[in-house]
Amino acid sequence: MNFSPQKIEDLSPTGDNADGESLTVEQALANLESADLGLRFYAAWWLGRFRINEPAAVTALIKALEDEADRTPEGGYPLRRNAARALGKLGDRQAVSSLIGCLDCSDFYVREAAAQSLEMLGDPVCIPALIKLLAVGLPLEQLISKQPDLSQPYEALLEALGTLKATEFTPLVKPFLEHPMELVQYAAARAMYQLTQEPVYGERLVQALAGEKLQLRRAVLADLGAIGYLPAADAIAQTLAENSLKLISLKGLLEHQVNHITPSTFSEGAIKVMNLMDSLL
Amino acid sequence: MNNSDLAQILIRAVEEADSSDRLLDAVQELAAAGIEEAVPTLIAALGYNNPGAAVAAVDGLIAIGEAAVSPLLQLIDDYNYGARAWAIRALAGIGDVRALDTLLEAAKTDFSLSVRRAAARGLGTLRWHQVPPEKLESIQTQVLEALLLISQDPEWVVRYAAVTSLETLAIAIAATLPEQASRITNQLQQMLDTDVDLGVRTRVKFAQEKIQPQQHQEVFAPKRKLQDTEVSEVPHRGAGRR
Repeated sequence: MNFSPQKIEDLSPTGDNADGESLTVEQALANLESADLGLRFYAAWWLGRFRINEPAAVTALIKALEDEADRTPEGGYPLRRNAARALGKLGDRQAVSSLIGCLDCSDFYVREAAAQSLEMLGDPVCIPALIKLLAVGLPLEQLISKQPDLSQPYEALLEALGTLKATEFTPLVKPFLEHPMELVQYAAARAMYQLTQEPVYGERLVQALAGEKLQLRRAVLADLGAIGYLPAADAIAQTLAENSLKLISLKGLLEHQVNHITPSTFSEGAIKVMNLMDSLL
Repeated sequence: MNNSDLAQILIRAVEEADSSDRLLDAVQELAAAGIEEAVPTLIAALGYNNPGAAVAAVDGLIAIGEAAVSPLLQLIDDYNYGARAWAIRALAGIGDVRALDTLLEAAKTDFSLSVRRAAARGLGTLRWHQVPPEKLESIQTQVLEALLLISQDPEWVVRYAAVTSLETLAIAIAATLPEQASRITNQLQQMLDTDVDLGVRTRVKFAQEKIQPQQHQEVFAPKRKLQDTEVSEVPHRGAGRR
């Protein structure tokens, strides 16, 4: 869960681009085929950043998932990573089967980007493939070993399984609450809450808001916003982190309260959250 | 020990703090004392690149209030960008109308969304009773124009802040500029119909309820009092961290 201030202070999708180069859709699509690998990499990012969900863009990005030209010295696939990230943002489920294919890629970051984008696209057809990767981190004996297992993008996998409501696989998610890495534990708690709606998992995240490390508190703010755990509202408002991040987290709680339609009436919870948000502006 | 002696001791503790935690504690102590002599030291603490200390200093400056306004306005011209952002937050919290031009400019043009957000909020917490009656209409109109513009900001959180301020302004001008009030209700309705962000639309709906409670059934918060939306209310930032 990358929840950094850079991301918060990100440009708005207004079409003006302070990163140096302004593109048109046609240019971006042409640049994906350019001989200049830098232009390709940037174009893939740009198409996702500005949500260019046109069929031509989706087709071109799916093709870029097979790219062989752009390689890092370690064997990574930078263009594939950006294409996978962009496809999640474009919301076109045509990309699902190709992204599932990316879960077998040798590049960890391609696998991670694919899992995150599959979560965004929300098609449960990818659940078995996500579980296959997650199972690498099981059985539990391996988890408790001294060496944290970093072979798979567990955070992204767990978050996707929670969002996709893969309830039949709850027993495979639960052991990751004991993972040696805190970020993975939080991702597991987040997923367990989404899969079971049991407050104990929300409370686990609330406790983590009192932790020592700012980076971890930021991640937990994002998790609580994602699951909309209302009892966390006061703890979110009081934790030591940037107001920008608290406001986004509280907005997640608020939106869960009003169920994705503009409400005709307000619950007490919604009013409480809005008052907290007002106080953080 | 009188206030002045206490201030000297607490100020020295800030100056001699040799770790970020000690600095945070010392600034919190000084802020809590609420002594006017502390203003320059608290303002200096906005520039230490220590977010915790800056939050405590902002809270302290807001508590001290009017005596801090003039030094804060001088700081705005400073080159230290980080300190400038904190100063905007403190001014927004104090609500003194001397900060009006600074808040207007920051809300419209600052490149940092968190500064625009704080300034937009500050435009809704101005203490109108400080304004000479003959100037009230023109200044309220100026704030109204600015808020209508800011409520179209690309960032959801800036639009959200603008909505909170349109709400308080609508209640304030009901008495002074009733013929302008429809501009606010129209803008809010347009946002309710078209804003892409559910959180913003929800806050708009809530603002509509507060502005015209008589037009809606009391279906929520039956204990709500109109005092909740007192225009002179200063948002308390005790929980604020940046």
